[in-house]
Amino acid sequence: MKSPKRRSFLMAGALAIAFGVSAPVAQAQQPIKIGHSMALTGTLGGGGKGALIGLQMWVEDVNAKGGLLGRKVELITYDDQSNPATTPGIYTKLLDVDKVDLLIAPYATVPTAPIMPLAKQRGKLLMGNFSFQVNSTVHHDMWFNNPPWNDAASWSDNFFLAGKTFNAKTVAFLVADQEFAQNLARGAKTIAASLGLKTVYEQNYPPATVDFSSMIRAIRAAQPDIVYVMSYPNDSVGIVRSVHEIGVGSSVKLIGGAMVGLQFAPVMESLGSMLNGWVNYATYAPEKTMDFPGVKSFLERYSKKAIEAKVDPLGYYLPPFNYATGQMIEQAVTATKSLDDKVLAKYIRENELKTIVGNIRYGKDGEWAKARMVMVQFRGVVDKNVDQFRQPGKQVIVEPAQYKTGEVLPFDKASK
Amino acid sequence: MRRGVLRFEICAAAAVVLAGIISLSGANEYFFYAGYVVLQFVVLATAWNILGGYAGYVNFGTAAFFGIGAYTGVLLFKSLDAPLLVQMAAAAAVTGMLGFGTGLLTLRLRGIFYSIATVAVIFIAETLMMNWRYVGGATGLQLLRPSPMVPFETYTRMLFFVMAVLAVTAVSIARYIEISWIGRGLRALRDTEEAAECSGVPTLRLKLLACTVSGALMGLAGAPLPMYQSFLEPASSFSLNYSVVALAAAIIGGTANWLGPVLGAILLASMQQIVTVTISSEMNVLVVGVMLVVFVVAAPDGILGLIRKLRRPRAAGRSPP
Amino acid sequence: MGEAARLARAVFLPLGTTETDDRPMIFSMQLLFEAVVFGILLGCFYAAVSIGLSLAFGLLDVPHVAHPAVLVLGAYCTYLLGSYGWDPIIAGLALMPLFFLFGVAMYRFYYETFEKRGTDAGVRGLAFFFGIAFIIEVGLILAFGVDQRLVEADYIGKSFTFGEMRVPLRMLLAFGIALALAAALTLYLSKTFTGRAIKAVAQDEGALRLMGADPVRIKQWAFGIATGVTALAGALLIIIGPVEPMTDRIYIGRTFCVVVLAGLGSMTGTLAAGLILGISESIVLMHFGASWAPAVAFGLLLVVLGIRPQGLFGR
Repeated sequence: MKSPKRRSFLMAGALAIAFGVSAPVAQAQQPIKIGHSMALTGTLGGGGKGALIGLQMWVEDVNAKGGLLGRKVELITYDDQSNPATTPGIYTKLLDVDKVDLLIAPYATVPTAPIMPLAKQRGKLLMGNFSFQVNSTVHHDMWFNNPPWNDAASWSDNFFLAGKTFNAKTVAFLVADQEFAQNLARGAKTIAASLGLKTVYEQNYPPATVDFSSMIRAIRAAQPDIVYVMSYPNDSVGIVRSVHEIGVGSSVKLIGGAMVGLQFAPVMESLGSMLNGWVNYATYAPEKTMDFPGVKSFLERYSKKAIEAKVDPLGYYLPPFNYATGQMIEQAVTATKSLDDKVLAKYIRENELKTIVGNIRYGKDGEWAKARMVMVQFRGVVDKNVDQFRQPGKQVIVEPAQYKTGEVLPFDKASK
Repeated sequence: MRRGVLRFEICAAAAVVLAGIISLSGANEYFFYAGYVVLQFVVLATAWNILGGYAGYVNFGTAAFFGIGAYTGVLLFKSLDAPLLVQMAAAAAVTGMLGFGTGLLTLRLRGIFYSIATVAVIFIAETLMMNWRYVGGATGLQLLRPSPMVPFETYTRMLFFVMAVLAVTAVSIARYIEISWIGRGLRALRDTEEAAECSGVPTLRLKLLACTVSGALMGLAGAPLPMYQSFLEPASSFSLNYSVVALAAAIIGGTANWLGPVLGAILLASMQQIVTVTISSEMNVLVVGVMLVVFVVAAPDGILGLIRKLRRPRAAGRSPP
Repeated sequence: MGEAARLARAVFLPLGTTETDDRPMIFSMQLLFEAVVFGILLGCFYAAVSIGLSLAFGLLDVPHVAHPAVLVLGAYCTYLLGSYGWDPIIAGLALMPLFFLFGVAMYRFYYETFEKRGTDAGVRGLAFFFGIAFIIEVGLILAFGVDQRLVEADYIGKSFTFGEMRVPLRMLLAFGIALALAAALTLYLSKTFTGRAIKAVAQDEGALRLMGADPVRIKQWAFGIATGVTALAGALLIIIGPVEPMTDRIYIGRTFCVVVLAGLGSMTGTLAAGLILGISESIVLMHFGASWAPAVAFGLLLVVLGIRPQGLFGR
């Protein structure tokens, strides 16, 4: 009978491929390979494309200076399509087929969550990329996140502070059912309760939802003072459009909070004047209180490359922090003269790292010890103009007091 | 016939031993990661064929049983810290019952109605899991795997071996059904159900048996998924892709015989893995779709049918392997 | 015993909840009224989207599981024309003759390969259309990527105020066009010669053949119409909301639910069934939340198949 033999033959063929893939490579002047996936398409693609340019700029800069430990740095990137189902396979491939030396996490919480157990069980250093509380159950001690937030309070405190101006008593939550939003909402609700705010409406929607009109109608019927939205770019756009279309009611004084995507230049441009009045988080705005050394020159260089690549030309959100991730790796590797994950992790944990987004120190669970997030309110935005956002005054920083450039206005007034 | 049976059993045992040797060898880790997926589709395609090929009921709902198997596994792991084999046994029980239940409800329907009903089961199962916070809801669940059992170096290698054993088991069950009175009955009702009933074939019982066995095997294939990925979320676990690939593998390989789904699955899944590593993951779905259409149109008896046609002068009167 | 009970409670109680659930939901007559109105608008849209399938599957018995994929293809073609400045509705109308020809070709191929040869054709025909649906879906991903696409137009983003209610203009437009489409098709099938020939071929092909008409050409024509209509429905789809290549999967449930609930072969039934589905979905959305909405169409489909497979108005 041919069949079992055929089966063994096929197996032998597959084996040959496998062994071929693992053939040993010559050492010495091999480049240092840093592997990661980036959301270049899908809901997070608008931000991921710019972030990649930020990282690539660091790779160019470090190679121009001679590389790390005398070896060139090579960045290996895969598109994870903003889809958490792809990242376990991609990172397994990076480790076992591409044989990378160091790992950077995917952009954002949702694609990163699935690979946390993998990173922990393989004992790999993982440089986070704008995730939120993704390490809170796995507790990987070699995880270091790059965004200027740490726990839920670092986000929600400022948002609710803005609501205090209006003497707000009631809050409605509109939350996506995915890792980022759920992590945030858990903390936000505790904070809301401790501030004496009453929750009058709450809706968790599946990530693939495209129509929000029934939820907006329900929010309007509940008549809250504050609407706290926690969403990813596709939903953020849908929600802003829906509110613009059918209105959210005159009771609402403050709306927004944790909407990812309203920081991407292509989204800001396409939503235009619909953004006016919304209060949302940001990591950087071109206001005078946020003029950190090194950022302006980086953004100018970045902008040239981004415009050429037809990608987010402003780069206010991810690119500087992605460049900073590279700088952190550079500093740790240069100081310890090693590529060993444990050694590098120890260095990052114990030292202050100097980057273009400021000096970073790490605290609990691999997050920034001191948060530096701001809440901005969109004002006076016009349609179809991306360069307007380069001027101060379009994204007025309303909280915290340290960076404030203006008072928050009630939603119905500011949205005119 | 008896000699043929013994030969098959020897080859099956040899395959298991070979899988064991490979998983203890020094091969590249990624080979096991990708090989697991290939073996998984061998099980899914074989299970699909029991109902789809032998009985003629085109089941689009493979993803439902697969996903429920995965969620049963994760449920037992999270609540009772159950070992892998217990998870798999529970998954088989749950999806077997689900297969039986859906069989009872939908087997009165013919043709396309049956198929659409099976799609409905997928989405309803997915929605249920999306709303169940304990197993992660729409967000999903992160898991830390326990250490692998003693002879195996890594968990992935252990899963590869487990899936290999499962594949051999599934094929043996399918072969047994095919050559026994069950298979004869299923073939009779596939050709004309009314005539079969009139000649006394217990069609309902046979169909229910096929549904139950098929469902249980699909659930078994799904149970190790959460351990394999260290993560589980509904959208990808219930993806229609599982349904298409299982169906395509069986049709491309040839639905008349147990060997067809095996060939089809190995061919399709290996090609998919190679294309994913070298080109992109969209292309692999495109390849599956195109091959399915090409075979359905031009070579409806699959690869086995083509081989049979080529060997036709010598093939008359040969007994099944 | 207590341990097992505690475990069971921990495991099963969170069914139907999410991590952050306090679940204060609002119930008011105003909201219910709004949900019903929205459901009616949505339901007519669902009817328009399913009417092609009603023709192809309901009347012609073609196992056309690729219908939702063709719908999404129509939406993307509209998007493509939209990127050149075309108004989406004009684009939809312009695409109809193209899709008509596509439909004719598809049916001709299906007939030559499967229907003529009988017996096993059922299984293979189904598998064929399933494969076509996947090829279309993946083709769209390769051509456009997985990003969501929308169209812009003057009437998208505005709304009419009726008392306390604000109704989006895009829904009203989709509703109007859907009604017009359904009415036009029903009139066509009952009043014109070819229309009645199509109905005749569905009823008794043999008799028609005896009377000298060629049933294959008639079925071909009908399938072409079904596909052409779907092009316009695709334009409506992208007007109503953003689309992505995987959108066809949820529409498998909605379109087949409408067609089966209507009863095979009934055009007016399609409208009624669409309304039932639209209103049910809207009320479930309002009362139980967005996470249960995807199951409404499929659940309703299973219920109908279980209780009354011939649908409401079926033959």
